[in-house]
Amino acid sequence: MSALATSAATTRTHEATPHATSTGLSNVKLAVWAFLASECLLFGALISTYLLYRGRSIVGPYPHQIYDIPYTSVSSFVLLMSSLTMVLALAAVQRGDTRRMRVWLLATALLGMTFVGGQAYEFTSFVRQGLTLHTNLFGSSFFVLTGFHGAHVTIGIVMLLSLFGLSLRGKLGPENAETVELIGLYWHFVDVVWIVIFTVVYLIPS
Amino acid sequence: MAIVEREPIAEATLVETAAPSAAALRRPHATTGAWSWFTTIDHKKIGILYGATAFVFFIVGGIEALLIRLQLARPNGHVLSAEAYNQIFTMHGLTMIFLVVMPLSNGFANYIVPLQIGARDVAFPRLNAFGYWVFVIGGLFLYSSFLLGGAPNGGWFNYAPLSAHQFAPGHNIDFYVLGIQILGIASLTSAVNLIVTIINMRAPGMSFMRMPVFTWMTLVVNFLLLFAMPVIAVALVLLTFDRLFGTNFFNVSAGGDPLLWQHLFWLFGHPEVYILILPAMGVVSEVLPVFSRKPLFGYPFVVFSGIAIGFMGWGVWAHHMFAAGLGPVATSGFAISTMLIAVPTGVKIFNWLATIAGGSVRAKTPFLMAVGFVTMFVIGGLSGVTHSIVPADTQQTDTYYIVAHFHYVLFGGSMFGLFAGFYYWWPKVFGYSLNDRIGKVQFWLMLIGFNATFGPMHILGLQGMPRRIYRYAPGMGWSTWNFIETIGAFIIAFSVFLFIVNVWRSKRAQVAAGDDPWDARTLEWATSSPPPPYNFAEIPVVHSRDDLWRRKYVEDEDGKVMPVPPVASTEEDQEAGEVHVHMPSPSYFPLVAALGLPIIGYGLIYHLIWVDVIGLLVLLTGVYAWALEPPTEPEVEIEAHGEPDRPDGDGEPEPVPALTAGGTEGGSE
Amino acid sequence: MTDTATQPSPSDEHPVPAEEHAHPSEWRYIQIAIALAIVTAAEVTVYYLSLAKLAMVVILLVMAVVKFSLVAAFFMHLRFDSRLFRRVFITGIALAITVYTIVLLSFGVFLTNRHVTPHVNVPSPTASQ
Repeated sequence: MSALATSAATTRTHEATPHATSTGLSNVKLAVWAFLASECLLFGALISTYLLYRGRSIVGPYPHQIYDIPYTSVSSFVLLMSSLTMVLALAAVQRGDTRRMRVWLLATALLGMTFVGGQAYEFTSFVRQGLTLHTNLFGSSFFVLTGFHGAHVTIGIVMLLSLFGLSLRGKLGPENAETVELIGLYWHFVDVVWIVIFTVVYLIPS
Repeated sequence: MAIVEREPIAEATLVETAAPSAAALRRPHATTGAWSWFTTIDHKKIGILYGATAFVFFIVGGIEALLIRLQLARPNGHVLSAEAYNQIFTMHGLTMIFLVVMPLSNGFANYIVPLQIGARDVAFPRLNAFGYWVFVIGGLFLYSSFLLGGAPNGGWFNYAPLSAHQFAPGHNIDFYVLGIQILGIASLTSAVNLIVTIINMRAPGMSFMRMPVFTWMTLVVNFLLLFAMPVIAVALVLLTFDRLFGTNFFNVSAGGDPLLWQHLFWLFGHPEVYILILPAMGVVSEVLPVFSRKPLFGYPFVVFSGIAIGFMGWGVWAHHMFAAGLGPVATSGFAISTMLIAVPTGVKIFNWLATIAGGSVRAKTPFLMAVGFVTMFVIGGLSGVTHSIVPADTQQTDTYYIVAHFHYVLFGGSMFGLFAGFYYWWPKVFGYSLNDRIGKVQFWLMLIGFNATFGPMHILGLQGMPRRIYRYAPGMGWSTWNFIETIGAFIIAFSVFLFIVNVWRSKRAQVAAGDDPWDARTLEWATSSPPPPYNFAEIPVVHSRDDLWRRKYVEDEDGKVMPVPPVASTEEDQEAGEVHVHMPSPSYFPLVAALGLPIIGYGLIYHLIWVDVIGLLVLLTGVYAWALEPPTEPEVEIEAHGEPDRPDGDGEPEPVPALTAGGTEGGSE
Repeated sequence: MTDTATQPSPSDEHPVPAEEHAHPSEWRYIQIAIALAIVTAAEVTVYYLSLAKLAMVVILLVMAVVKFSLVAAFFMHLRFDSRLFRRVFITGIALAITVYTIVLLSFGVFLTNRHVTPHVNVPSPTASQ
């Protein structure tokens, strides 16, 4: 009987043979989904804090005075489109088209940077209008929530650019499609969190 | 130790890693020697590291407890000032919870679970090492507070706004918010690792309902960790931002609500107590069957009760807030859910009792400790259920009655269970057994000392002695019991000292234990003691629950248990034993990455941005290097004896009887 | 958590996930993206309508759920992948929604008007003061 050696190695860049698992599913992919499930609890707490304190700020500025919905809508659209480019990057690498993958990866990163840049601009304009971390409950809960989201996006951008760099050095081929897929999962999750934030924080009236 | 064939491991080929690769930093490749402990990614070594480190913290936490007891032994004690007392009792709690019970449980899980499921390691060995280093470094970071202005002093629950900067100037609480945050990262990474390991790396034939209960409880615990840690992470972030960056989350004058802290903390805190108890319950579920020579009674019930506790544990958190003014609706709802959660726990207790009943009991130390768990935990559970009656809890809360309850479940429960684990698995891990006679003396002294310390607290609590007070006046009627409790605490201390003596003497005596000293039931006992680096020469194929027992014994027509007769090995078997095992390579980078975290912590506390930047760079360097190095370096095959590092080194493991052709019981689910 | 895995996995070949037989095409992804854009535009439109508050909340939440589901099902491939991933993720979402809703309810959010802030319901097209 041949040895069914279930080694701990994962299907990563330099692995020669991927290893069998009990469910037939990739270890790393399962790990990423578990991590994303736990992140739901993280963002849920931050969003709940915002919802708790909505309408309870004793001094202004207040949301209705500050929010620029058209601006934020454009920002949201940009992030949504970055999910498209991300999945196109994955489709490309799965077909073996690393060139296309690079283009889409870069596009995703650029769209992400546009989003973060937009956030930065939005934040500075709020600050100029008198809303800071310590002004009131709104400032504290808004900036911490969206700031954490923005930090997650930034980490995603760093990962995307790293992938782009690896690809330029010829180290990201079709056999590494899973890496692109997993970073894609993280990226889409961050987008999905923004879908919730945009609705709950900006659009839903208090 | 191969279990399918008769021949010992000697035929396995351990594939060692090659000399250093072309990477900028030479990849370590030694798996033995002192330095290898810093770069190891072997789950067994990491398990030992967790256990040893946690035990050291246990001593420290115990000393803190003794200081508390010395202060409270007499009215108007002078041993500790109020400020010192606050730090000591806070750190005692934080230590025992985050630096003792959790890492001890994780240490056992790390060592034992891969063996129990027939795997060679956990899913992510370097992540495993990272989790350990973050734990040690986080613990040291927390304790460095004693030298840097004072330790956290707001209780382990650290209620806001008392813990806000306005009322807690100084850095004490900063160490709390950042230290626990760092420790939380360790727990979260471990959770992901163990979940994937258990779901995805089971040996062929090991379905979920054939897994040992300890593995099941580990799976439940790690799902609890996965979902609970982010909640306290946010609570800590909110408080950190209030303290360091002037936000208003708990600033009452700006409209902040103290209840927000309480909800977020206890949303984490209640699942946390199930995180603390379920591993010990898993240990007990392993030990009782082995020492009763009977299978666990009602295995599916025990498993599903554990899962039920995991789910229901999310529905009871506000029972820690009955006196916080939530209103009758919320309070009643949580009271009912709290009463209900006693049910699955009760189911387990009855199943354990039914396991022992009618069994052929060998009352060795692991068994005694496990019985200690069951009895003490029942007492703690009963006092817990009395808290669920809200009017009663209004009297009990913030008194020593509560202190009694949680020590009965956490010490009488978790610690006794974990000591059962120590005595049970020590021979597997180290190759020699702990002395059973000393073990029994330790058990009885610990039991007596424990009850003497915490039993009277029920009475004191109902007589009105509040918690968290550094002294009490004479004439309250509390003095005698407090004095007795202090004596009890020193008896506990002596019993722990006996454990250390036991370890020292047993190590010197080195009575080789063999693969299966207890005649046990689960797969970790099917390999050598200690196991070779690759755990099993050949991954076992599992045909039933308690598969090892099935391989050893059959029941004859009268239902009598008979050992399986050994089958002579053949040339074929010997050739089948040739196997090439690729193990992941050691790595520096988990340690490097972990070091970045406290640096960031110190930078935040002292508002030194450049320190933060350095910490971040260290973290990123570690993470990038780790991501870019392969899990396993290109290998050179070396014909090697697959003998484990044994002190006596006689290299003659006992032959294991081969599978029988028959054997139908226990096979199907 | 009760997914069984009773068969030994394939030992040598790359584990072929049985679930990936239906794989969206690039055009499908673009269609999803267009749908997302449309729903976003609809959301913003609804924002500017003067509907009853409850109606607004329900419509906006439904739209958010639609967008969330589209991204999760197609871009994150959950629709085509193993049930296990879906279950793990949904457990996280369901747990978060449940416990945080209970917390917020206990604070009276969604139930009472606890507003301290002066109430002005008219959204302004721009935020310029």
